[in-house]
Amino acid sequence: MQKVIEHAIAAEAFIADEARTDWHDETLWFVRQKRDKMVHGIPEWEQLRQLGSGIKDHTLSNLDTYLKEFEKNAQANGITVHWAADAEEHNTIILEIAKKNNVKQIVKSKSMLTEECHLNPFLISKGIEVVDTDLGERIVQLRNEAPSHIVLPAIHLKKQDVSDTFHKHLHTEKGNNDPQYLTESARLHLRHKFIEADLAITGVNFAVAETGGFVVCTNEGNADMGAHAAKIHIACMGIEKIIPKAEHLGVFLRLLTRSATGQPITTYSSHFHKPRKGQQMHVVIVDNGRSKQLGRSDFKNSLKCIRCAACFNTCPVYRRSGGHSYHNATAGPIGSILNPNINMRENADLPFASTLCGSCTNVCPVKINIHEQLWKWRQVLTEEGYTSSGKKAGMKGIAFVLSNPIVYRLSGKIGRWVLRHFPKLVNNRLNPWYKQRDMPEAPKESFREWYLKQKQS
Amino acid sequence: MSSRDTILKAVSQNKPEQVAIPAINVNNTYEGKNLATIFAGTLQFIGGIIKTINNFDDLKKEIEQKHLNHQFIVNTIPELGITDSEIDTESSAVELEKIEVSYIYGQLGVAENGSIWIDDTNLPNRLLPFICQHLVIILNTKNIVPNMHVAYSTINTFNTGYGLFIAGPSKTADIEQSLVIGAHGARSLTVYLLEN
Amino acid sequence: MQRTHLNSLTLKDHSHIKVGLFIPCYVDQFYPQIAIATLQLLEKLGCKVEYPLNQTCCGQPMSNSGFNSLTQNCNKNFTDNFKDADYIVCPSGSCALHIKEHLHDETNAAGSEHIRKHIYELTEFLTDVLNIESLNVSFPHKVGMHISCHGQRGLHLSSMTELVAPEFSKPEKLLNMVQGLELSYPKRKDECCGFGGTFCVFEEAVSVKMGKDRLKAHEANDIEYITGGDVSCLMHLEGILKRQKSNVKVIHIAEILNS
Repeated sequence: MQKVIEHAIAAEAFIADEARTDWHDETLWFVRQKRDKMVHGIPEWEQLRQLGSGIKDHTLSNLDTYLKEFEKNAQANGITVHWAADAEEHNTIILEIAKKNNVKQIVKSKSMLTEECHLNPFLISKGIEVVDTDLGERIVQLRNEAPSHIVLPAIHLKKQDVSDTFHKHLHTEKGNNDPQYLTESARLHLRHKFIEADLAITGVNFAVAETGGFVVCTNEGNADMGAHAAKIHIACMGIEKIIPKAEHLGVFLRLLTRSATGQPITTYSSHFHKPRKGQQMHVVIVDNGRSKQLGRSDFKNSLKCIRCAACFNTCPVYRRSGGHSYHNATAGPIGSILNPNINMRENADLPFASTLCGSCTNVCPVKINIHEQLWKWRQVLTEEGYTSSGKKAGMKGIAFVLSNPIVYRLSGKIGRWVLRHFPKLVNNRLNPWYKQRDMPEAPKESFREWYLKQKQS
Repeated sequence: MSSRDTILKAVSQNKPEQVAIPAINVNNTYEGKNLATIFAGTLQFIGGIIKTINNFDDLKKEIEQKHLNHQFIVNTIPELGITDSEIDTESSAVELEKIEVSYIYGQLGVAENGSIWIDDTNLPNRLLPFICQHLVIILNTKNIVPNMHVAYSTINTFNTGYGLFIAGPSKTADIEQSLVIGAHGARSLTVYLLEN
Repeated sequence: MQRTHLNSLTLKDHSHIKVGLFIPCYVDQFYPQIAIATLQLLEKLGCKVEYPLNQTCCGQPMSNSGFNSLTQNCNKNFTDNFKDADYIVCPSGSCALHIKEHLHDETNAAGSEHIRKHIYELTEFLTDVLNIESLNVSFPHKVGMHISCHGQRGLHLSSMTELVAPEFSKPEKLLNMVQGLELSYPKRKDECCGFGGTFCVFEEAVSVKMGKDRLKAHEANDIEYITGGDVSCLMHLEGILKRQKSNVKVIHIAEILNS
């Protein structure tokens, strides 16, 4: 098991290339701006957010009922429903379907759940070809990298990088960076894959309990190209993707893409209800820690997430550290409140990769209180013992000083005195503040001292 | 215990206190406005091509001409001429890949996002709107609704086995946020708005 | 205490209001001039101000680092010091917010509840409680407004660019009363400066990068000063400005209103 590189360290390495950091930051801020422009044209936007939030709150409080309703209706329509308690089981179920049907080639459209379960390496190890068909995902797949953003997987790459990758793997012209040209090359390359594939895997944006159907949203059309060409379609969903009724799609489809990319809606919002004649359709419903999160009263709201990534785009830390710094399939602010639930030890750094500015909470289309949950996770992780002993000792020290007025005043006076007379003791490489910032000036008198003097006169 | 039972049990135990379902009561902010104009503007904004017609004469001629030129086109609308009956659910992707233009009837248009609803009743094969190089949809202006809430109360989107809201041509911005029209689906979408 | 002349044109008699002056720990130690300006300003506006002598800190540094469990004694000390004030006023949005949300003293629940309900950041106290409509103050300089996150998104001192809601700003309202002041906002009006409490040292690289970017955005407006309502933001920005040997200075909004 590779040791996880903590966010702070990964971020520092990312920022070392300042020009590239600026470019990454500007690119993602541009997406936030597109979102703003779109959203400010909808006077009822805040009402929609409240509705989205309310529908999800209601759903989570009746989740078992809706899951059963979904299953019943889906089965009545000829869909086979599977249940996976965890990632391993999810992967095994898919493998079994593949083996049973002699599947050699799979095409997969974007599904963060399958990333979370590490499905691709598992299937490839069993001798099955898996091709990611979302352009951004295909690019990172060819580079053997993880996606860095749940909606824009290759946002960390420049067109030069894509050109080099395509030249290497698709034999495109060396040095031709034109996005039109590169996209066309990918289109042709992937068309073959769609046509040849035995099985198509898609994600699920929304699963409708009332009808047993589900909706998949893409701009590229790759989910549909795969699903309608292949003889078998498997759709993977987390338990929290359920919504009660078809009419609720009206709310979510208005919220999703405006939040994600600043478009009014994705090019394709496909409603799958029954397999076509001669086709097998499967849905795999996955838990993988979600029911546990549901039981955490401080964090259950994180399950309302519709995976728009608006929180990523607005986060000043994410924009300057890149998705890979978060060492998880789902990065960004939402990742920082979802991932510790799965593994506290490995993800103890994530809730601290934030200034708690609160912008994420404001852009969340379903009103998840992300910044408050980040704060709460900090308390939980500390209580569970996932803080360094040095930090703990330091904090105990600070708590002692700040609870004792006399000790506080004395420490302050001494600190200021040292800073005035022996600045080098503080202004050195051991002081992380001092690396790129000057310390504030140390005045002779604290405010309290001045106040008392005034009172006497 | 099966995984199904384990999961449902965990969910049942862990689910939070009951929260009532909210009522969807959203105002139509396009009250009194010309929906066809808004629809056309939005569709153009998202990369679609709009043409307004009040009869099918020109379209029929266009299709006839394409047939004469031996272009591989698929017409699914009887009012436009001969419909291509060879395309059905059994048609393979290999065959369909060669289609240059598909003509499909759109049931309903949504002004706020320029999308059009089509489903299995309009599609002899589900791949059709994706696999063709260029897509043409005919939409009657009287079937344009203001927003998604009205759309969902007007049509049953789960009436057939498959349907979709299609909004413009396929696209991607995955390469350095440069918008490229024509990803895996159709390279262009032309909507003929039929005014009665 | 030297009483300066009362220079509010719409003077109301606020002397019946007992204000407990809450000065954040690092303001007390490193920026006493801001505390002095706050005190003087409140007195000029007619308030009876008391400074409880045994106050230390609000507890935010521990709390935001995951050690909220260590703040009981700090909370008790705070409650003891401020339970008798009608209002508690603080020249720092994040400290005021922290008290508002997290002050709990088990030994005096009523006392801490009273404080939570009556704590104000300085500018909102001026606009909402004292209802200041004008000030006889001049500060003829180009000033960049830095919006501090906790004050804005936590205390709603101003509208937020993410939300579809009417625009407003309590600090701006006050600064517009200052003669000669040319106020500007940087691009990305309410992006965080990167201080974030202990974040500023534990994620030093990101923190400084955010600060540098904020400064660059302000400097595009050719400003002489950067102002705001949170000393933590200003301290962080000032640290970078000094390292860059910049001529731009930071100044707290209390200092401008008290000038």
